[in-house]
Amino acid sequence: MIKCPECDAEIKVPSDSIEGEIVTCPDCGASYELVKSSDGFNIKPAQVVGEDWGQ
Amino acid sequence: MSREGVQSSPSNSLTILYDSIRWEEKALYEAAKRRGLAVENLDCKNLALDLNNKNSIYSDRVILQRCVSYFKNVHSTAALEGIGARVINSLQAAIMCGNKLYSHILLDKAGVRTPKAFAAFSEDGAMAALDEIGYPAVIKPTVGSWGRLIALLRDKETARAVIEDREHMFPIYQIYYFEQFVERPPRDIRAIVVGDSVVAAIYRYSGQGEWKTNMALGGHAEACPVTKELEDICLSATRALGGQIVGVDLMESKENGLMVHEVNNTTEFKNTVRVTGVDIPSLMVDYTLAKKRG
Repeated sequence: MIKCPECDAEIKVPSDSIEGEIVTCPDCGASYELVKSSDGFNIKPAQVVGEDWGQ
Repeated sequence: MSREGVQSSPSNSLTILYDSIRWEEKALYEAAKRRGLAVENLDCKNLALDLNNKNSIYSDRVILQRCVSYFKNVHSTAALEGIGARVINSLQAAIMCGNKLYSHILLDKAGVRTPKAFAAFSEDGAMAALDEIGYPAVIKPTVGSWGRLIALLRDKETARAVIEDREHMFPIYQIYYFEQFVERPPRDIRAIVVGDSVVAAIYRYSGQGEWKTNMALGGHAEACPVTKELEDICLSATRALGGQIVGVDLMESKENGLMVHEVNNTTEFKNTVRVTGVDIPSLMVDYTLAKKRG
């Protein structure tokens, strides 16, 4: 579990998560990117969808 | 940051270059793991590449390019190819697939059926081009995805309004690219090509109140049979643009049959896997690995 920096809700990180994956806060909807840390994962704000994204 | 030293690249390893891990990138990672490969997910945002170092840790790698950002995708492909890596898809394919005007030229030259198109480079030129192509017509940005800034121009008044808006945008949007509106059922086809095979295809139906068929705009998908005709046109389009692993988008023209309107060099395939059950990630991993060993 990681605390959402925006609303303090708990964000569940599934056991099969990988670095770079996006997790979303169940309460406020903020998106975060998983970053590896010494004890599992930390989070940083996810990139906003860019004007040049897609396929 | 990932900076370069020198390191060998064993034949049982795979590098996936990404800037955001979506369902597709995770599925590729897991498919590689299932095959017992040493797989590295390489975040493009962490790269710091010496463009003159031909002995970097990336120089002998085969890299599966999965950046969702067009600009990161095409430029990181250029940088990595420049220092000796083999990137799938290649820089040539990234450039040609990523630009609808370039794609049109190559598809047409190769005899692949594609909607009739016009290019113009000013407001007056755009209006003159539309007089030629007739209404309704479709305006598309030369670079762009997920249906953004694509509009159906039903008449001259609408066209004038859209073009006037474009004149106040970034200069790439003043490169006007128009396609003839193709009469078709309310769906298109996304076919996934891996090497010399069309491995799966889906119909993509427009969402409610939407004429565009992009899944990003709320459409839904159904399995599409891979016929000989579909396979032939998809492979011709893939070869024309120099692609290896691509998603080919087609329309079923009431007048002309199958027509290719886009080839995607970093294709999304989540809905195709969900609807068809084909293990596309494993096929992509196997193809990439074969290229590495071959």
